[in-house]
Amino acid sequence: MSIYLLCLALFCVGLYGVLRKRNLVKIIIGLAIIEYSVNLFFVLLGYRFRGRAPIDAQTQDILNMVDPLPQALVLTSIVIGLGVTALIISLAIRIYEKYGTFDVTRIKRLKG
Amino acid sequence: MNNANNIIPLFVIIPLLGAFLISLIGKFVKRIWVDILSGVSCFLLLSLSIFGLNILRNSASPVLVYKVGGWAVPFGICMVLDGLSGLMLLTVNIVAFFVSVYSINYMEKYTDKPKFYTLFMLMLTGMNGLVITGDLFNLFVFLEIASIASYALVAFGTEAEELEASFKYAIMGSVASSFIFVGIAFLYGFTSTLNMADIARVLSTKPGLWLTPFVAVLFLMGFGLKAALVPFHAWLPDAHPSAPASISAMLSGVLIKTLGIYALVRVFFNIIGMTGAYSSVLMFLGAISMLVGVILALSQWDLKRLLAYHSISQVGYIILGFGLATPLGILGGLFHLFNHSIFKSLLFLNSGAIDYATGTRNLQEMSGLGKKMPVTANTNLIASMSIAGIPPFNGFFSKLIIILACIEKGHIGYALAAVIGSILTLASFMKVQKYAFLGELKEKYRNIKEAPSMMKFAMIVLAVICVLGGLMLLPGLKFLLINAMDVLLQGRGYADTVLGIAAK
Amino acid sequence: MVVSNSKTGMSLIVKTITRLTVGLILLFGIYIILHGHLSPGGGFAGGVIIALSFVHLMLAFGKDVAVAKISQNVASNLESLGALMFLSIALLGFLGGSFFLNVLNKGMPFRLFSAGTIPLSNIAIGLKVGVGLVAIFLVLVILEGAENKK
Repeated sequence: MSIYLLCLALFCVGLYGVLRKRNLVKIIIGLAIIEYSVNLFFVLLGYRFRGRAPIDAQTQDILNMVDPLPQALVLTSIVIGLGVTALIISLAIRIYEKYGTFDVTRIKRLKG
Repeated sequence: MNNANNIIPLFVIIPLLGAFLISLIGKFVKRIWVDILSGVSCFLLLSLSIFGLNILRNSASPVLVYKVGGWAVPFGICMVLDGLSGLMLLTVNIVAFFVSVYSINYMEKYTDKPKFYTLFMLMLTGMNGLVITGDLFNLFVFLEIASIASYALVAFGTEAEELEASFKYAIMGSVASSFIFVGIAFLYGFTSTLNMADIARVLSTKPGLWLTPFVAVLFLMGFGLKAALVPFHAWLPDAHPSAPASISAMLSGVLIKTLGIYALVRVFFNIIGMTGAYSSVLMFLGAISMLVGVILALSQWDLKRLLAYHSISQVGYIILGFGLATPLGILGGLFHLFNHSIFKSLLFLNSGAIDYATGTRNLQEMSGLGKKMPVTANTNLIASMSIAGIPPFNGFFSKLIIILACIEKGHIGYALAAVIGSILTLASFMKVQKYAFLGELKEKYRNIKEAPSMMKFAMIVLAVICVLGGLMLLPGLKFLLINAMDVLLQGRGYADTVLGIAAK
Repeated sequence: MVVSNSKTGMSLIVKTITRLTVGLILLFGIYIILHGHLSPGGGFAGGVIIALSFVHLMLAFGKDVAVAKISQNVASNLESLGALMFLSIALLGFLGGSFFLNVLNKGMPFRLFSAGTIPLSNIAIGLKVGVGLVAIFLVLVILEGAENKK
């Protein structure tokens, strides 16, 4: 149970970064921390008591493995996070070229 | 009927193939081949969706299940074509076909058309895959594909404001996707399966007392942001005006419907099960969206921003209809979902035609365009009357059904809010008509021409569908809406239907 | 092998070590892709390692050397080719009856040439992810260069 609470704490750290930081790059890092915490939570869900790594080996039988399905799903989720991070970082670089600043409070041309 | 089921994965294969083929050959061949390839793929998808609906109607079972890779159902991914998926596929592919035809002329003003078509086809893959899948994590993957393509498409013009809008949209959309992922993680941890029908079956036997409301709130936050419900709407007025007009039509017309409303409704009705508490929450959020959207739209002078605020309001109507959870309410919600896709995309295509001809989106700068652009003016009049709910256009029937459903269940306050929203919508669109099309033509617009032929074709056919849309309630075509309504009304019975057919 | 201009890129120590290790990193990435059905890793992880070898080259020697090895157009075309390869492997399943079905001979377990279409899918994914990441890095680096020139 305490492991899941630590994942929640990591999620809150990332959420604080997205909400309260003024630099664009720090907001992106906060978003990345949110994604890491969510992936970590999902992998930890698959733990079986006294399980071993879910690799099929010739000498060991297939009992006592941890759940392999969350690991496959988290692999997909990491790839998705990579795609989004790459897109957002290139957006941030282009914003710096157009506005001249990374400060979110000064990038406010759309209003109303 | 194994051979008939084989068309189901084609909805994902065709746009994916189209996207990467266009990306590969776009540099080597002339521009016209790229246009033809995208138009042909969208037309194939449209005819396949009509054909699929026909197969579904003539088959003995109410759903068609396709097992990807041949794996048995609870262990593998399955694709389910039932009444609701069929209606959503029809909506998405109709709008996508006309938008792709429109883009042949409109995107000449932007650079790099092959990249545009690649992203457009990827977004279409995501949306088609999302409505047709039967597996919860597969839904999340297709949702992300569509979302990432839309973040890139909003920033397509790479002006300063478009980049700012896309950045805001991307950050908020990614946080919402993380909430959805946490909800899926909790559901998997509780039921140890990812198939939507199987989750519904397990949740019927062991109800999670604190887990189900918690997951419901997480999904409401996540999918609610994608649908632009009111506490989560702040990205929409920036993102939708900044995109090119054809992408605004896709975003406002179908993306918020499939990613937000379809996923929300599928999860709430078929998996978690609709109870009184969820119903009141959805109705309350829908009513607030209706009023907040319209009131904020009254003060807008940017045409596309005004249309974006009206999208928030109309999504409120749809969620109010679904939140009622009575047969009449769900029918109203579904019909309004279809109608809104048609007339909102028509409105955005009109604003794109105005932008193409005059170069401005500001209502205070344009006037008297009706003389020079008659097709745009008339289709805009038809779409405005549809969205305001004037008979005999299609918007009138769907809004009437929603208001009648509210009164039938005894919520007079919500019905009154819906009527007030409708009146304010009418006021707002009368302002658009007056400032944009009536009045004196300004000096600098003396030489503008009507929109090119492909744009005119798309707008005219969508307007015709608006006019004839009320006919969907006639017994000949009513089966589309009734089948979709039955899927939602059977609630968790969805599990037995799908698992029963998949086991054969 | 590579031109060592002392003005661009990093110091001499970094350049020497890069010259020695870049080929090994590429080989390691290919090994992880090919053994994806036997040991952890597979297409995505191997693709990222292949991309890292090119990024390593770019960081150590400056962007001109990396662009000479893989230009932006080549990266974009290879990426689409990788995706089309993956889609055609998935479509091959239609021959057996169902989308994405594993139709090739499965062979004996724990050998390199086994498990049907899974190694082929790994190769397609590895190609796409690797080249895609290199393309992303090229775009970011070229944007940086254009901005510095202003």
